[in-house]
Amino acid sequence: MKRRPSITDKLIPLAALLILILVWELICLLGIVPGYMLPSPVRVGAAFISEFPLMMSHAWVTLCETAAGLFLGIILGFITAAVMDTFGTVKRALYPILVLSQTIPTVALAPLLILWFSYGMAPKVILIVLTSFFPIAVGLMDGFAGIDPDQINLMRAMKAGKLQIFIHLKFPGALPEFFSGLKIAVSYSVVSAVVSEWLGGTSGLGVYMIRVKKSYSYDKMFAVIILVSAVSLMLIALLNIISRKAMPWKHCGSYNGGEGESK
Amino acid sequence: MILRAESISKSFSDKKVLDDISVSLSEGELVCILGVSGIGKTTLFNILSGLLMPDSGRVILKGEDITGSTGHLSYMLQKDLLLEHKKVIDNVALPLVLKGMGKKEARQKAFEYFEKFSLTGTEYKYPAQLSGGMRQRASLLRTYMCGDEVALLDEPFSALDVRTRDSVRKWYLDVMDNIRLSTLFITHDIDEALLISDRIYVLGGTPAVIMDEIDTGGRKNRDPETGYPEDHTKLRQRILECFDPAST
Repeated sequence: MKRRPSITDKLIPLAALLILILVWELICLLGIVPGYMLPSPVRVGAAFISEFPLMMSHAWVTLCETAAGLFLGIILGFITAAVMDTFGTVKRALYPILVLSQTIPTVALAPLLILWFSYGMAPKVILIVLTSFFPIAVGLMDGFAGIDPDQINLMRAMKAGKLQIFIHLKFPGALPEFFSGLKIAVSYSVVSAVVSEWLGGTSGLGVYMIRVKKSYSYDKMFAVIILVSAVSLMLIALLNIISRKAMPWKHCGSYNGGEGESK
Repeated sequence: MILRAESISKSFSDKKVLDDISVSLSEGELVCILGVSGIGKTTLFNILSGLLMPDSGRVILKGEDITGSTGHLSYMLQKDLLLEHKKVIDNVALPLVLKGMGKKEARQKAFEYFEKFSLTGTEYKYPAQLSGGMRQRASLLRTYMCGDEVALLDEPFSALDVRTRDSVRKWYLDVMDNIRLSTLFITHDIDEALLISDRIYVLGGTPAVIMDEIDTGGRKNRDPETGYPEDHTKLRQRILECFDPAST
């Protein structure tokens, strides 16, 4: 059984973080590093607050790109996994190419995509689709492949068709792997969105980042970095809630768990 | 005669597993197929259920040739194979849903049997919340919900601990009498075969052949104390001789 996290479990990392920020502030106060290179936490905080409305409008664009890219990535990943699982030959033919394609660094692809699809949302969304569909497809495929063959035989003995086996057995059985793939895809896709915005565009957190960098406003730079990781964290938290709702059987406790009947 | 398998043979690559096996099952009968592990009992069941095609021979259900076609016989394995993501009632109702019945109607129909299978109160739990014995009963109920007249059970109780196994087995015999299901039962456990069956086919050798067919005298011929047939020591000896003829 999982242990319930106690308050001290959360206090320790929180205290560590606080100490880290304090040390940072101290370094700035004592002038060890000049202020224009490393802004103090207080200045970063102030920049975060004053720039918040502007950053939010950029964040909205980045979020839209991420959502659109993820949505298409899920659909594409799902279709790829389903086709590969159904037709063994397709899997054997495409799987190595798929893995190979992942060795191409995203940053290298982004300028090419901008060249092809101009400066709008399209190249960003395409980049996110390309990076996010892979972990989703692989997660689903592993999930499908991990289903107990006896379970499939039983369904067949009950005269279930391929689609019925998929709906009642394979898809729900692959959900845990699907969600772990999706979690990786979410963090990838926020990064991909920001990176592709660096290389060209008119709005988005990446564009904002380049602008403040060019004006040497390092306090704003730090503020936007914090915002980007906050966005990723929030998306992952949201995903955790969705996965709990989607898989209630994972959180119902076990027979030996609650009843006090130990083995 | 409800189910008949006629001279079934099966090889995998070059290895012959089953050689000219014929078994039959009458209505309401519980017949055991007894053999040591790895003898090919499960292969035989896969052929009977239609999951595997035999190299030769036929499977006849009530006069109809069903060789290589699935969906005629209910099928249950040692692993309960409940779907962890479905509530118990939906697991049990699955055979009905697969046949095209609506979820609500299927649930209603399944619900009626929970008491008979001693599963009251577990309807809306997930399989993970059930004990081993309860899971196996739920699996049996699902097998029963398939609605076929013949059930194939492949070592259904062997994964349970001894005490649970005894009670589930006793319970199963009671239910059997109630619903008059014809059952073909695989086991490697001689005592289990003697306890529950009306007839026993002893499978042995490579490739496996039927070495002996034993009539235990039906469930009326049971010692009320132990549950064994009156002459069970003699029968046990006879089976042991089949397994290992050199020892005598």
